Amino acid sequence: MIGFWTLFYKEVLRFWKVGFQTIAAPVLTAMLYLLIFSHVLEAHVRVHGIPYSAFLVPGLVMMSILQNAFANSSSSLIQSKVTGSIVFVLLPPISYQAFWAAYVLAAALRGLVVGLGVLLVTAWFADLHFAELPWILLFALLGGGMLATLGVIAGIWADKFDQLAAFQNFLIMPLTFLSGVFYSIYSLPAFWQETSRFNPVFYLIDGFRYGFHGVSDVSPWTSLAVGVSCFLALAALTLTLLKRGYKLRM
Amino acid sequence: MSVPAIRVAGLTKHFGDVRALDGVDLEIGRGEFFGLLGPNGAGKTTLISALAGLVRPDRGTLEVMGHDVRTDYRASRRLLGVVPQELVFDPFFSVRETLELQAGYFGIGRSKRRDAWIDEILDSLDLAAKANANMRALSGGMKRRVLVAQALVHKPPVIVLDEPTAGVDVELRQGLWRFIRRLNDDGHTIVLTTHYLEEAENHCNRIAMMKAGSIIALDTTANLLQRFAGDLRLEDVFVRVMNS
Ligand SMILES: Nc1ncnc2c1ncn2[C@@H]1O[C@H](COP(=O)(O)OP(=O)(O)O)[C@@H](O)[C@H]1O
Ligand SMILES: [Mg+2]
Repeated sequence: MIGFWTLFYKEVLRFWKVGFQTIAAPVLTAMLYLLIFSHVLEAHVRVHGIPYSAFLVPGLVMMSILQNAFANSSSSLIQSKVTGSIVFVLLPPISYQAFWAAYVLAAALRGLVVGLGVLLVTAWFADLHFAELPWILLFALLGGGMLATLGVIAGIWADKFDQLAAFQNFLIMPLTFLSGVFYSIYSLPAFWQETSRFNPVFYLIDGFRYGFHGVSDVSPWTSLAVGVSCFLALAALTLTLLKRGYKLRM
Repeated sequence: MSVPAIRVAGLTKHFGDVRALDGVDLEIGRGEFFGLLGPNGAGKTTLISALAGLVRPDRGTLEVMGHDVRTDYRASRRLLGVVPQELVFDPFFSVRETLELQAGYFGIGRSKRRDAWIDEILDSLDLAAKANANMRALSGGMKRRVLVAQALVHKPPVIVLDEPTAGVDVELRQGLWRFIRRLNDDGHTIVLTTHYLEEAENHCNRIAMMKAGSIIALDTTANLLQRFAGDLRLEDVFVRVMNS
């Protein structure tokens, strides 16, 4: 257990020491999105009867959780692979399960810290409610965990920084942006509505938003089922790769 | 009969088409000061990596103090300290943080005893003055010594050093050898690779010479020198073995 806690602590320390980049910067980005989009759309758009900025804030919070959880585990792994310092965590007697749990929990924690930061600064600009707090917490954890474990996969798979950037730009960004952060999928043409239903991130954001406003595009139970299934599938894949030592133990 | 410090049997490893190890058998007794010599690409680092679980063999078994590195990896890794060949470091941390984290990975929690041991290692390796410096701020020789320190935090009975003196200036090299000798005197088994043959001659009680993934000579240093009567230095023996 000490091995696990030390690795977790190291991963937390790693982002905490450069908190300006890893926490403050993404909070600022999310605030800019809110200022720009709500300024343009606030007077014209209501979604599910909710003012636009109040609709947007939960989406931005969840997007920040997801992107930062992914960024943390993936960048930590690729960086230690490229510099070679990965040997320091491969030589000790840490089990692959503990290895996985440490990276995922630390990355999810960064996601949650950034998400909380985004919530704190954007709450001033929007009329927020916390209709169903347990759903909020549940989806926050689920989203953080899911993208954290996806980040572990990406970090193990990528051999170079630009491969990781491709993963981020061509998979993570489209998935998070085309997921209903900025709109309800009912405002989309039929084709894109249907496509969105194949995006797991859509369910994470929709369920998370339900926790705030008590309304959503689909039932939160459906979103929960999709979220948990995806998390379990990705976790199983990550654990299998780690057990085999894929790209870590030659 | 006591269990040897290291036992390698039938070890084979390919990287694609490259045969890095070709059926290596090797036993190293407890308390030995063992030298692994051979030209670049002979397979020394691959052998060490297999022992540490960083490389997965195609065939063969490896044990550290009787513990299989695959099936009993927790025990075998706890008994082994490895100083890697590459000068790697984590730029996020200071020297002391680096050592505290490494101890933690091996299951050693914060305690007075741990801190005292870390202080002792820092002192012995002449790193005490740099304890709170960031790893990035250290010279190459200092980084090398931190790598040695990291391998020792969990007091492993078997210590493997892959070219510990490469790129280290003469004075530091002598200090490093003194320190490694002391570890050996204290009962640690030492296995090392080096390109400085006169250093191997001075310190190692037994030597294996590797070439193209195989061990082509294995004997006590004295016997190796004697076998080639007339050769006064290990360097001459090395050249003959490699060319035979
Ligand atoms: N990760 C790797 N991928 C591909 N080839 C490798 C890898 N590691 C080592 N090799 C090859 O295996 C052979 C043995 O290398 P190595 O064990 O590093 O030799 P030494 O340490 O004796 O110089 C070399 O031909 C080397 O190029
Ligand atoms: Mg080598």
